[in-house]
Amino acid sequence: MNNAKRFNALRTVLSVLIALAISFVIIFMVSEQPVEAIKYLLVGPLTSKRNMGNVIESMIPLIFTGTGVCIMFSANQINLSGEGAFHVGGLIASCVAINMSARVVSPIAALFCAGIVGAVFTAIPAVMKITTTADEMVSSLMINYLALYFGNYMLNNVIGDPKASAASYKLTEASKLPVLFDGTRVHFGIIIAIAVAILGYIFLYRTKIGYELRLTGENEEFAKYSGISIVKVILISQLLGGFVAGLGGGVEMLSPIYARFTWTSLLGYGWDAIIICTLSKKNPLYTPFAALFLAYLRTGASIMARRTDVTLEIVQITQGIIILLVVAEQFLSRYKHKLIAKEAKAALKEEEAA
Amino acid sequence: MWKAILSPDFFGTILRSATPILFATLAASIAAKSGITNMALEGIMLFSALFGVIFSSFTHSAGLGLLLTVIVGGLIGAILAFFVLNLKTDEILAAIAINLTATGGTVLLLLAYSGDRGVSSSVRSVSAPNITIPLIEKIPFIGQILSGQNVLTWLSLLAVLVMHLFLYKTPLGLSIRSVGENKDAAESVGINSRKVQYIALIISGALAAMGGFYLSGGYMNMFTKDMSGGRGFIALAASSMGGNTPVGGFFVSLLFGLAQALANVMQLTAVMPYEIILMVPYLTTLIGLGVYYYSQKKKKERLSGK
Repeated sequence: MNNAKRFNALRTVLSVLIALAISFVIIFMVSEQPVEAIKYLLVGPLTSKRNMGNVIESMIPLIFTGTGVCIMFSANQINLSGEGAFHVGGLIASCVAINMSARVVSPIAALFCAGIVGAVFTAIPAVMKITTTADEMVSSLMINYLALYFGNYMLNNVIGDPKASAASYKLTEASKLPVLFDGTRVHFGIIIAIAVAILGYIFLYRTKIGYELRLTGENEEFAKYSGISIVKVILISQLLGGFVAGLGGGVEMLSPIYARFTWTSLLGYGWDAIIICTLSKKNPLYTPFAALFLAYLRTGASIMARRTDVTLEIVQITQGIIILLVVAEQFLSRYKHKLIAKEAKAALKEEEAA
Repeated sequence: MWKAILSPDFFGTILRSATPILFATLAASIAAKSGITNMALEGIMLFSALFGVIFSSFTHSAGLGLLLTVIVGGLIGAILAFFVLNLKTDEILAAIAINLTATGGTVLLLLAYSGDRGVSSSVRSVSAPNITIPLIEKIPFIGQILSGQNVLTWLSLLAVLVMHLFLYKTPLGLSIRSVGENKDAAESVGINSRKVQYIALIISGALAAMGGFYLSGGYMNMFTKDMSGGRGFIALAASSMGGNTPVGGFFVSLLFGLAQALANVMQLTAVMPYEIILMVPYLTTLIGLGVYYYSQKKKKERLSGK
């Protein structure tokens, strides 16, 4: 078991390194200043306090959606509506934050509403699956677009500020989350995010319902015959995952990054969450680390894009390759086999000696 | 408004907007028939939309451009097959990886090829031509709908027929369907399931590539960033709603075309906010999916005597 765990970690690290190596090769091919570009990509985020702040600040939404997707995927529900839940979460939070200006109460109310709306949102594909057996993956893909256009409708017709173009009325100061470190935009959301990741871990790995959920994810038939209510598990996992994703949207909206609701397209955090979930092996406890990695890579890439001729989009290729290699079960499988054989032999020897 | 809806132009718009979805739906259904959900359609279409522009500008020929694009599409299908079948990667995650790579890769490739950022404004690509067929043109109304449609629209209609014959009247089609129904049973009668699924995914990639080519060389005449716009995902839904059959998928694709055409007309007449109208195709699918699966479930329950 120990060796298998070590192997998984090793494979993840190796996948990341290979993906980075491929990206470097691409940079060398497309850029006229490749060494500069790679330097900015790798160490750029460390060069100033503001850049480091950028890394932390972009970790926050990733931790939320990553944890949400970990919870949803642990029940083996390929529900991809985290993307839409994040969007409606941000939308509702801004609706509340525009109209309320009570200190402390206002952000809490906004975040609570964001979570609830997110939960209801991701539950729709789940309820459809339970009542009609419609594939949750397909319906969740469709519902994301409903979230987008509903958001656009609200922005243009309900909360839109006629004096601003494609932006809502200003969010009240009292409802914004406080900044933690001067000179950066790192805000209180990081504390909520890490708390959510830890709570998510406790829920999935330290409670009875969490165990039932993971068991259902591993083997639904077996779970059914052990007396677990599949309907209950699916509903709870999707409601909770959506709550976290919606909360993430709310936190992002109340962060110092935004003064008004301006999302006119889906931001892609739902897809990023799948990378986070893959890297953290569906364990919410590891999501902050996976998010740190991704945020670092992206901040580095945006510094690189500003200073050199390489575009930001190279990161998406790196991410794609990382996912492919991390989830390719047969990748390095021979080595894994050797490791397991070695461990078994060692165990046998010990037995003989005893 | 009614006058606008009953005009041949309106029906022409339905066909035009349905074409890319129809190609992708056929691509989704052949993959689904072999037992694999091909969610990478979105990425394959996006890649093909870009390669269509690059290849057609490079060869100065729409036909050659299409051919090369279709080969690339098949190749991406094969890469997906390699990861899913050989390396045992989860098919959804592998597809997400391909889609991500497509989002970034297309922008990067375009920049490297022409120096354009996001829109291929400086590339002189060659679009697939619109064609009129002399005899059909003479038929009242229907002739007006069909005449002047893009050659790829014709090709997509033809593809429905070919796919239907291929899946239901050829030995290879039978193999694909049997692997999708029950892999082990198919293996036991000597079918090489891996080979069959490879073939299905390559065909799926090639079909999606035609849809992608149409986007940048028919529907529009340039590549823009993220221009597949979720059509690959819609296709998964359309295929699923059409029971993963080519003919069923064809009708659902038309439904999407209809919703799009309606959205266009209503946008002009401003009966409803256009954001609400843009929701119509997705809402239709969502409801359609629910109704379809519910009726299937009831049918199964009836058959099993519950």
